[in-house]
Amino acid sequence: MRYAEAGYSLEVDLSRGNIERVETDPKWTELYLGGQGIAAKILWDRVPPYVDPFSPENLLIFSAGLLHGTPVPGANRTAVNTFSPQTNFLAHSLMGGFFGPELKHAGYDRIVISGKAPDLVYLWINNDKVEIRDATHLRGKGVHETTRLIREELREPNAQVAAIGLAGENRVYSASIEHGFASAARGPGPVMGDKRLKAIAVRGTKEINIAHPAELFDVCIKLRKKIAESDDVGDWMAVDEDDSFHHDNFAWGNARTRLKNYWNEELQERWTRWKYDNMDRQKGCYNCSKKCINIINYKGKRFGYKCYGKDTYHMATFKELDFSYEILPLAMEYGVDSYSTPQIIAFAIELYEAGILTDADLPGFPADSGERAFYLLEKIVRREGIGDKLANGVYWAARQIGRGAEAFDHNTTKKFEQLPIKLGKLNPPYFLMIATGEKMAITQIEGSFPQDPIPDLEEREAFIKKWSVVVPDEKFLRWFREWEKRNEISNEASCAITDWNEAMHYLDDSLGLCGFLSSFRGQFGGGVVYHINNLPQIITLASGIEFDKDKLWKVFQRNRNLVRALNVRRGMRRADEKPPKDHWAVRDHEFEQKLLDDYYEFKGWTKDGIPTKETLDQLDLGFVSEEFIKQGILSGDESASSRAEKVGGC
Amino acid sequence: MKGELTKKKVKRIKVDLDKCNGCRACELVCSAFHAKPRYSSINPARSRIRVVTDEINDEYVPIRSTDYTKAACDGRRVYTIKGKEYSECSFCGTVCPTRDLFKDPDSGLPLKCDLCEDDPPQKEPLCVQACSLNALTYEEMEEEVEEEKKLSEMELGLKSLVDRYGVEKLKDSLARISKKHSCRD
Ligand code: SF4
Ligand code: SF4
Repeated sequence: MRYAEAGYSLEVDLSRGNIERVETDPKWTELYLGGQGIAAKILWDRVPPYVDPFSPENLLIFSAGLLHGTPVPGANRTAVNTFSPQTNFLAHSLMGGFFGPELKHAGYDRIVISGKAPDLVYLWINNDKVEIRDATHLRGKGVHETTRLIREELREPNAQVAAIGLAGENRVYSASIEHGFASAARGPGPVMGDKRLKAIAVRGTKEINIAHPAELFDVCIKLRKKIAESDDVGDWMAVDEDDSFHHDNFAWGNARTRLKNYWNEELQERWTRWKYDNMDRQKGCYNCSKKCINIINYKGKRFGYKCYGKDTYHMATFKELDFSYEILPLAMEYGVDSYSTPQIIAFAIELYEAGILTDADLPGFPADSGERAFYLLEKIVRREGIGDKLANGVYWAARQIGRGAEAFDHNTTKKFEQLPIKLGKLNPPYFLMIATGEKMAITQIEGSFPQDPIPDLEEREAFIKKWSVVVPDEKFLRWFREWEKRNEISNEASCAITDWNEAMHYLDDSLGLCGFLSSFRGQFGGGVVYHINNLPQIITLASGIEFDKDKLWKVFQRNRNLVRALNVRRGMRRADEKPPKDHWAVRDHEFEQKLLDDYYEFKGWTKDGIPTKETLDQLDLGFVSEEFIKQGILSGDESASSRAEKVGGC
Repeated sequence: MKGELTKKKVKRIKVDLDKCNGCRACELVCSAFHAKPRYSSINPARSRIRVVTDEINDEYVPIRSTDYTKAACDGRRVYTIKGKEYSECSFCGTVCPTRDLFKDPDSGLPLKCDLCEDDPPQKEPLCVQACSLNALTYEEMEEEVEEEKKLSEMELGLKSLVDRYGVEKLKDSLARISKKHSCRD
């Protein structure tokens, strides 16, 4: 019997209309866990590097995490992976909610979609009964409307639905896949649209078996209680109305302008009223007692948001919260990422003001920045006029528009819009994370080690007290204690910190855990509920596969290197690993390049950021090194700079 | 005619809809508790508590299964609470033919909430233990209840019918109805 996992993949070929239920190799679970880990392995095996993201040969994989459907609270992140048309690299995308667990109960750990349907379809998975159904009547429909219509026509109110809106149908690069009030962004939306797959509906009524039931149940009852009671997990922005952090520190407009003293009490009061006067409820995800998602009913339209997602539209347009409330319901129905899309809009507004885009490009362009955002959103999701270029994201739009527009693309890395953060002095671990991260957004890379030192001794020690339970190694405590100035930290520490931050995300994304309980959250408060010290036991109890700290750390390294290998095979090199030039005002090229050298060495990668044969072979990735050598990506005798890393690095 | 008053332990789970975040942990743990061996498998579809959910309507109503019925009610009543429409089915725990709620997904047999009866007893039913938001709370109290109340109520009703139509007519009707019933079976 398979524990924790279903043991099957659902293979759907949309070109031929073929559907198969395929048993998976249990060894993969031990090597990659599940979720994004196994998705990376499938993409490696089956999508050669020359495959264009908009080709039928590209795969679109929806993965449940290994812990989905077990009693482990907060295991609900569905990973959606494919190759992104925007970056040409792996699209890393996650959504919360209920989809992954439902898929598990239907009897599948993942859906692997290939091919391209002749016309718009949706997939209906009802346990063993799987159908590709016509969706032409859903063309152009918003995601929530699509969800409602599908549930009605299937007469299955309990079906979990993930759908694309108009943006996805039109292959807008910043299109998202929406599920309830959760959303999977950063690449898979346009690929789903390209495959003419409007939605997936899933209903599952099967068992998930647990290897050590009573023990795991006991652990989970305690965890659930701790999650409910602790302020150190979940999205604190759901309850803390002081959002000076984003408004005073992040850049407004096209990631340009900082308004350092923007926040004030009067504003906070007003915004708090807007929120609570219009809020229906705060909602959680499957089997999680947090209430991270604010459900707002504004002027008769209901929508949900989490965290910084409520700020991006009004900060891009220099407006206030009520503007975000105006535009978010529409943006969600269209299905666009609320991180990238506002930046594309602000970028277009800037181009217009600089005279690069003119009235000929933007006929009837309004004067008000808010109205402009609505105008541009319509153009983008329809790929109408200039919207056809803007729909390709800032990087590509800048090049396609030309006329000097390239200079206005100042906030992308690896062709992907970064968070609008512009700071003074370099934060070395952040340099490494933004440069080398392949999850493309910093929120998906940072999180276990704090962003800043805590100067107050008492506060610092209080933090360390909780945090010491979750650190992989004592040395992190030492480094944090010794850290005084943000920009002054040893390269050795920066490397290990980046590594640990990444480790937790890579584990979460294969287990299906939410970062707010784990990888993203340790930096704020210190007391996350999932960490490298308790996860091995939890995984063992659920799956029956023995894990200890070292073995689990090795899974992280394996998955990390496999993702890197996917991108290296598609051409990613050191030259791509550059944070935006103006991310920090003060830069020191020599220092940064030495830091990058040190990090590559720490990771067991060559000077060009390619995992060496030795590194790969140690991680059971011999099939990667073999191909790298065959293709001349590696010679095979690159200096083996890798050390036999244990938990927590060097 | 009144039934005898007796003291009895009354157990109940109270539901505060405003506190529910829709997480369905209650469903998960219920299915685990009733799995054999206990906790060995998870399957919310087998739960005796279900959260009737409609995100777009902001509707989250945890209901527990109660009785089994062969026939569906007309179930057409719609209630508006704080501007949101709810079907009366959203509050109904009856295992009825119009929906797949509270039926074992394999056998179709009704699943009934037993308040997690256990020996030694659980301190609270499992769903209540799992609901860290206190949307579900458990109460146990001694109450004086009328024994056999149902029966006496029925007798009262019958008496009133006899008063109105006479014994013969009622007998005829009863015979007809019971014949119809057996045909349907
Ligand atoms: S912590 Fe928040 S976002 Fe994460 S699973 Fe729980 S409710 Fe969802
Ligand atoms: S556990 Fe509580 S909060 Fe969660 S769905 Fe059930 S009743 Fe609602």
